[in-house]
Amino acid sequence: MAASAALRWMVWGEWRAHPARVLVAAAAIAIGVALGFAVYLVNRSALDEFERAVQTVSGAADLQVRAASAAGFDETLYPTLARIPGVRAASPVVELTARASPDGPPITLLGLDVFRAAQVTPSLAGVRQGPAGAGTTPFDAGQVFLSAAAMQASGAMVGGAIRLTAAGQAASFRVAGTLPAAAEGQRIAVADIADAQWRFGQLGRLQRIDLKLAAGSDARAVQDAVAAALPPDAAIETRQTQATRGDSLSRAYRVNLEMLAMVALLTGGFLVYSAQSLSVSRREAQFALLRVLGLSRRRLLGMIFAEGGLVGLIGGMAGVGLGLALAGLALRVLGGDLGGGYFQGAHARLVFAPGAAAVFLGLGLLASLAGAVVPALHAAKAKPAVALKSAGDGVDPRARPPLKPGLALLAAGGLAALSPPVGGLPLLGYAAIALILAGGIAVMPWLAMALLTPVRPRRPGPAAHLALGRLRGAPGQAAVALCGIVASVSLMVAMSVMVASFRGSVDEWLGQVLPADLYMRLPDIQTGGLDLAAQADLTAVEGVRRVTFRKMVGLRLAADRPEVVLQVASVDRADPARSMPLTGQTRAVPVGATPVWISEPMARLYRLKPGDALTLPLGGAARPVAVAGVWRDYAHQFGAVAMDSADYTRLTGDTLRTQASVDLAPGAAPGPIIAALRAALPPGMRDQADFTRSQALRAYALRVFDRSFAVTYALEAIAIGVGLAGVAATFSAQTFARAREFGMLRHIGALRRQIVGLLALEGALLGAVGGVAGLGLGAVMGQILIQVINPQSFNWTMDTRWPVGLLTTLFCALVAASAGTAVLSGRSALSAGAIRAVREDW
Amino acid sequence: MRKAIAGLLAALALAGPAPGQETTVYPAVVPRAPLRFPADHGAHPAFRTEWWYVTGWLKTPQGEELGFQVTFFRSRPAIDPRNPSKFAPAQILFAHAALSDPKLGRLRHDQRIAREGFGLARASTTDADIIIDDWTFKRGADGRFRARTAGEDFALNLDMAPTQGVLPQGDGGFSRKGPKTGQASYYYSLPHLAVTGSILRDGQRIAVTGQAWLDREWSSTLLDPAATGWDWVGLNLDDGGALTAFQVRDKSGAALWAGGSLRSADGKLTKLSPGDVIFADARRWRSPRSGASYPVEPCLTVRLPGGPRTWRLKPLFDDQELDSRAAGGPVYWEGAVSAPGARGYLELTGYAAPMKL
Repeated sequence: MAASAALRWMVWGEWRAHPARVLVAAAAIAIGVALGFAVYLVNRSALDEFERAVQTVSGAADLQVRAASAAGFDETLYPTLARIPGVRAASPVVELTARASPDGPPITLLGLDVFRAAQVTPSLAGVRQGPAGAGTTPFDAGQVFLSAAAMQASGAMVGGAIRLTAAGQAASFRVAGTLPAAAEGQRIAVADIADAQWRFGQLGRLQRIDLKLAAGSDARAVQDAVAAALPPDAAIETRQTQATRGDSLSRAYRVNLEMLAMVALLTGGFLVYSAQSLSVSRREAQFALLRVLGLSRRRLLGMIFAEGGLVGLIGGMAGVGLGLALAGLALRVLGGDLGGGYFQGAHARLVFAPGAAAVFLGLGLLASLAGAVVPALHAAKAKPAVALKSAGDGVDPRARPPLKPGLALLAAGGLAALSPPVGGLPLLGYAAIALILAGGIAVMPWLAMALLTPVRPRRPGPAAHLALGRLRGAPGQAAVALCGIVASVSLMVAMSVMVASFRGSVDEWLGQVLPADLYMRLPDIQTGGLDLAAQADLTAVEGVRRVTFRKMVGLRLAADRPEVVLQVASVDRADPARSMPLTGQTRAVPVGATPVWISEPMARLYRLKPGDALTLPLGGAARPVAVAGVWRDYAHQFGAVAMDSADYTRLTGDTLRTQASVDLAPGAAPGPIIAALRAALPPGMRDQADFTRSQALRAYALRVFDRSFAVTYALEAIAIGVGLAGVAATFSAQTFARAREFGMLRHIGALRRQIVGLLALEGALLGAVGGVAGLGLGAVMGQILIQVINPQSFNWTMDTRWPVGLLTTLFCALVAASAGTAVLSGRSALSAGAIRAVREDW
Repeated sequence: MRKAIAGLLAALALAGPAPGQETTVYPAVVPRAPLRFPADHGAHPAFRTEWWYVTGWLKTPQGEELGFQVTFFRSRPAIDPRNPSKFAPAQILFAHAALSDPKLGRLRHDQRIAREGFGLARASTTDADIIIDDWTFKRGADGRFRARTAGEDFALNLDMAPTQGVLPQGDGGFSRKGPKTGQASYYYSLPHLAVTGSILRDGQRIAVTGQAWLDREWSSTLLDPAATGWDWVGLNLDDGGALTAFQVRDKSGAALWAGGSLRSADGKLTKLSPGDVIFADARRWRSPRSGASYPVEPCLTVRLPGGPRTWRLKPLFDDQELDSRAAGGPVYWEGAVSAPGARGYLELTGYAAPMKL
């Protein structure tokens, strides 16, 4: 009992004596836990929000039939479905994206038959407010019901007017009431279906039919019967397929961030390891004393373990709290997709998840315990009699440190990097990064020796001599200090190589896809657009050399996958590479077949290659097309198909276009031409049209890119901070442990200045060794990110670019920072106490 | 005149056109327009409102007595006629069915409503033939009316054979509804319909026979603005006679207008004018549901050329209140009633709240 009391006292005493060290270790764990938990919470909140949005807009119908594209399907499907046995009621829906002002947020406009909606989706029924009386039927023309969020976004009020623009047409409505059942934050407007069809050019078309099944009917059988009745441009959607689609929207991005957070946690684990092993080696004599006093090996092991666990627990709990706060901040500042742009318009609310909090707390604890394992075993193994006397590195400096375990880890990492994705995610790619990191750290003692042995300055000063001797003579302690640096530097290097490569590739790609001077876009127009006459008007504007008209159509090829984008543009048949950034081989399609060029993500997601056939739901029929080539695309993560404008018009009869790229005549000024082009537009589109110059568009795209990587940059900065904290912790521990050594040096005449120089040199050397190793490891890990993880999660590829300037700066900053850190943390050991230290009991 | 729901639909039809919209013009109801059959069994889509209204008594093989009501309404809202959408609500069709079951002690009822179109809801103009989803009301080549209505917890499957000729109300089918000349409707009845068929109750199909009454009415005009409710009764007399009586009440409960008819067994038709019909208050029943107090046992006195006759009406049971508030409709009382030598249906509206039109 006395021993355990002594034990408690010792732990507490140690913490009280060196609170900063404990705090740094706990903070590292806290940061890892906080980041992981925050990323999880934000995503979970965003997904919940997405689900709420889907449910609000679909009004919880039993079964939903949705158009494959925004152009909708023929309305005659409605009576067909309504008559299927087992269908209790069918509610036809016109669904459009509307805006109350050109720069306002999008509002989902639903055109409903109120009688049908009351049966199938009662939550979409509007509640009339204000005086009832003449002129107020539920299906009145010219009235809308707005959700609270739509009301707020548009500034409209009950009884007031609202002007909605959708599908290229504008119409005024009277706000008749509210939609109290709409989920908070959902911008929805409900109008009469006939009114919506007429005023927004949707006559004969529906985007959706909601179905209510008869009580007691066989849902499976009804679903099959409905599926059998559907045209190619409509598909069944259930709550499950909607949820899957919502999940797959951001899954890869989310998992990537989670993994980064885990890496931060891993670094935290290393920090606990270095803090614990240093504190253990410093207290070896005390432990030996305890052993002599009768403490069993087991209990000593348990104590060091408990120490580590306590650090983990404190860090973990702080991390959960910090994570919650971070998530709240991120939701407010960056939105539910952390700037990734996946959930447009969604307004996520923070959702606390106790289960996940427990998991992340557990992970923090685990990282901390894992960090304490090696030092604990080391302390327990020590022979009390020897340990009582000595205090130093247990490793024999003459023996070469082992190389094999590290190499084995590196080899395993290499194998994992070559493995295919698991469940559509690059989990083995991340495992490869973790293995290579662990392997790299395991070979560090060997590498440090190998790197430092050849360093033989011709005429070393005493400081250099001592510093080299120290690093060579105590490789174990050097390795401990190095692992934090190597872990954080390699991760930073890997991330910056990946981001630089990605950004460079995107920049180059933007140049390829935006060759014209000016771009015009009609936002939110999924149907409708510029007709041939309007197109001719634009082409005739003076100062314009050439205008090409384009269109983007969302196509749903599978109910549980996000839409792919059909890009309709003129394609140079003779040389399609002039029209898009092709990668790899192109193939001539068979005579008579319609060629399409698919994007890289599309090729990977749908397992297609040039020469393959596929069918697209276009113009109410399934159209067979042939893949002629693959092009690089970063804009549509879920796939895009390019089709020649003439082919599209032939297949669909649709000559309307919603985008235009404009080449100016030489010497023409863009400003006046934009004004002239705007004036040439049909009146309804004049205010809506969005003109951008290609440089502005390019700058905007890169800004979006940087925004979506803001979180990544933040994580990188944190990783570096954690690494430097590791250096500081190591040096402060070592200088305390080496107080006697410094005292001795002072006695034999070394100047204070010289000792500071010694420390700085040691720090710089450590930083340099860690930097070199980190750069090497980081380069390998960066290649895994570029070649394995990105293609596997986002289905796109990029060309490697080395940010040489950044890496050089990083290396120099690291060497300087470790030298500075070493000096700073060593200063206290150089105070007057150092002289007294030699007199300490031998 | 009838019908609370009809009143609601008339309100729908009242919808004023939006500014700048073409106005919908409804034809006026004029005297001396002869009824023509079978076309007048069918819909008159130009008029604002119209209904096919069947009420009656049923008897099960066990001798159990039930009341029933099957109604199909048509309404023409004022919409912009330029809207070419097939969803344009040019005609709204609505149907309502109720079963008065003394064993249950309250009504079972259900409804269908749809805008006409896509073949899912339609009303023929050549003969009685109306479809709203799975509910139908149709006159066959044999002259029998067939009603098929399957509700949430009951279903009616009834064939009704006329045993007497058409009974034109008012002046040859021109029936005035208020003090102003414009307030009128085309109105005829078919009393003493012989009912055969079956009902579905608690999952059990039960064969029934009985006697029913069909009211047909179409109009473009509305109630007098001072009206707050009305009472209506149609009685099949055991001797083969048929009595129709109604009154429109104002806020004070006084009759703003009244009318009806008595056709004796020998076919002699007596038209009743305001002053000829007196609903005297008798026992009242207070609804626990709405708090409304209904005169469910009125004493009906009708002045006839041969002197006044009185029928003391007795409900099949008290709680025949129909609460359609959940579906956005009104609350009113409509139930099977009998008197010595007579059976029929009584409707009492505007007692829970004034009928706002």
